[in-house]
Amino acid sequence: MEQTVNVVVQPVDKEKIKGIWKVAGILAIITAIEYIFAFYMDAGTLRNVIFVGLTIVKAFYIVSEFMHLGHEVKGLIYSVILPMIFIVWLIVALVNLEGGAVKSSRGIVDYAPAGSEQVDDAH
Amino acid sequence: MANTATISNKSLWSGGVEPLKASYGKLMMWFFLLSDAFTFSGLLITYAFLRWSAPAYKGDPSDFVFSTEYWPIPEKVYDAFPGFHGVELPLIFVGLMTFILILSSVTMVLAVEAGHRMDKNGVVKWMLWTIIGGIAFLSCQAWEWSHFITGGDVATIGDIFKNGRWVENAEIFGANLGYNQYGPPAFAALFFFITGFHGFHVFSGVVINIITFFNAANGMYEKRGHYEMIEKVGLYWHFVDLVWVFVFTFFYLI
Repeated sequence: MEQTVNVVVQPVDKEKIKGIWKVAGILAIITAIEYIFAFYMDAGTLRNVIFVGLTIVKAFYIVSEFMHLGHEVKGLIYSVILPMIFIVWLIVALVNLEGGAVKSSRGIVDYAPAGSEQVDDAH
Repeated sequence: MANTATISNKSLWSGGVEPLKASYGKLMMWFFLLSDAFTFSGLLITYAFLRWSAPAYKGDPSDFVFSTEYWPIPEKVYDAFPGFHGVELPLIFVGLMTFILILSSVTMVLAVEAGHRMDKNGVVKWMLWTIIGGIAFLSCQAWEWSHFITGGDVATIGDIFKNGRWVENAEIFGANLGYNQYGPPAFAALFFFITGFHGFHVFSGVVINIITFFNAANGMYEKRGHYEMIEKVGLYWHFVDLVWVFVFTFFYLI
């Protein structure tokens, strides 16, 4: 309790601040790219793969730079990343394999408006 | 050799040694976040599973109309913006929310950075900006929820289970946990659960940020000699941002 407080404020490291805003800029640009794909590309498996890929790039920058995990020791990095890799695997497996398998085994069919089917028949 | 071994053994078990070179608090925060990530993964897995086993809309997106029979196109659901009634602005509002959350994450990093330099005023300033960002995000979400619950101008006709009996060809406006005008009942239920669970995390993050903001302003961390608490709170706040990145992709884009 008797400690004398003698705090020295260290000067700002301009490079470090610049680095933080650079990562923020990268996140904003990736989000903008996602919007371009959302507006100018038809929905489909390829677009979904692009979205998930860009999301993982964003997640990498947030976890590695903002949360500083990239600068921790290897043991900590792997103890966080490895369980998440298995989780992502599980998500992908349930999306592509299980969801589709349940859908076909239940005989669920997609909805297509009558007009669009006629167009397909004409060709 | 034997001597050094005993010394290091002793110091290993008497405190002062940090496993993985991270302090106890930070390490536990990482493992808490890992477990929290499992919880969110559970919700996203449920979403993915239900969505990909539900009927999809295969027609031309410009002809799309809401129906309880198939899963909606997200751009058609989230196309409102406060003050622009009747104007179709797909995904613009959620883009603003994403931007706010990323910015508040940046101000949090700046607070942590100021803490490393023992710059009390810097920490207080950037923590305040982070809190404002968090509150702004929550306000946006409140508007989005109220719009989602109220619904659009055109009713969707569908069979619903209401007050204990089936109502055929009912006019559905908006959404609740039982039925909604946008798609199958699971669509709105998942929306409420996933964005609600995330919003609750943002809310608790804002509360924790406010507590640490006052502690920092009162000089508690300066007396302690380090701003590690800001780092731990920062980890949590970045995690909330990280989860939003995934919710944004799975719920609004795909």
